[in-house]
Amino acid sequence: MSWLIVGTVPYEGFPLVEGPCALTNGRIRFRDHTAPVARGTAALAAAACLTSEVLGIRSPNVLLAGDIGRGDGSTLVYRRMVDRVGESAERLIVFHYLLPEVQWHDRILMGLDDLTDKPVLVADAGYMYVAKMSGSAPSYDLFTPDAGEIAFLADENAPHPFYTRGFLLQEEEQVPELIRRAYEHDNAARYLLVKGRRDLIASEVGILAEVHEPCVDAMEPIGGTGDSLTGIVAALIAAGRSIPEAALLAAKINRLLGSLSDPTPAFSIADLLPALPRAIETALAT
Amino acid sequence: MSFLGQLVDRLLEVARPAHHENRGLSERGILIFQHTSEVIKAEALLKSASLDVAVKGPPPEVRTGCDLAIEFPIVSELKAREILSGAKIQPILVLPLQDLLLEPVNLFQVKDFGAHLMVRAANMKITVSKSDLMIVNVSGGGCPDVPFLADQLVGRRLPDAPEPRTYGQTLCGYALQLAYEELKRRCLG
Repeated sequence: MSWLIVGTVPYEGFPLVEGPCALTNGRIRFRDHTAPVARGTAALAAAACLTSEVLGIRSPNVLLAGDIGRGDGSTLVYRRMVDRVGESAERLIVFHYLLPEVQWHDRILMGLDDLTDKPVLVADAGYMYVAKMSGSAPSYDLFTPDAGEIAFLADENAPHPFYTRGFLLQEEEQVPELIRRAYEHDNAARYLLVKGRRDLIASEVGILAEVHEPCVDAMEPIGGTGDSLTGIVAALIAAGRSIPEAALLAAKINRLLGSLSDPTPAFSIADLLPALPRAIETALAT
Repeated sequence: MSFLGQLVDRLLEVARPAHHENRGLSERGILIFQHTSEVIKAEALLKSASLDVAVKGPPPEVRTGCDLAIEFPIVSELKAREILSGAKIQPILVLPLQDLLLEPVNLFQVKDFGAHLMVRAANMKITVSKSDLMIVNVSGGGCPDVPFLADQLVGRRLPDAPEPRTYGQTLCGYALQLAYEELKRRCLG
């Protein structure tokens, strides 16, 4: 299956790149350019490449550019997506770190909706924010929010997690109610994989599955562990798993990644990724 | 009509009925800017001039994406404009305001890992080593300045690290600034 990761890397001047990616010597390679696997889209792509390799499927293609928050790289990516959306051959598209811009988002989604065979759409990070801002969340197949982000999805008035109203408590025990509320206001994707002390897989009908072991507290502060989860679930979907099945398995794998690495809060995602193949094999064997 | 023109019309539409229905007049005004990065710089400038300002979300009718606005004492409009003009920052709109703004997050979650302390504001988390105050991780968020800010902060001591607002451009950067300030308050007093 051909699949695509769309995002940015935090390097000024990093050009628009489109094509295959690979993990080489601890760095993610996009055509002639490389980037460290620290967090963000590079971490997502690295986890996706590693998972693809273990599963024996084709690695993802990427469409990304450098953006340190000014939006210039995001605009290059948005523009290219609009140009190519009519000829998209990918069966799965994962949208990630992009500056939220409703107008660009809507142009891309309109193009995707016009396709005879619409690909599976996964959104995380800034693109999940803009999908909700635009009122188009139900057009997506999977969102992967954390506790703060599910509160944002649950708040029908919040355009960004920064504005989530205080009465929507961002506490773990509130997450099932926040999920219900997100669906009630049409601000959730077809499926949700909510990251937290308990990972919850949900749809409009309610909580479908829960994963709470192994529990490694130190994973929460480590930048990129949410990105790795999104990369893993995307690769499992690309390998043909159903979305709820892929989400459940990915949650287990990402937790095993933590327990196999025995991290402290000072670890980086790059310290964890060498254990990913073993985490995948362990999860698949159980 | 230009985007700016539409924005002004839409904001005026929102603002006028509120003033007609409620005879009480707000003493606060709102500054709207073209770019979020200008908001962050403007807030720092106005605060350093002792103006009572707060960053808020603009009304839904005028949002275009990842927007911010500055609420300020309307009586100080001239002063605010002068300060901003000196820094070559030009608001695209200044209006009196009554309860049109959304409140930014003001709750923090703090987690103690023993040797490390993590503070979360909205969707952003920052973690420090208690023994040497080294920033060991930045996580969460979804806007493209987050990975960049993490690169600037991780591996530096809290007292020496640049404030996220120095490089931040977005609401995620602003949330990280709030988490950073809370962490500083807890660790440095």
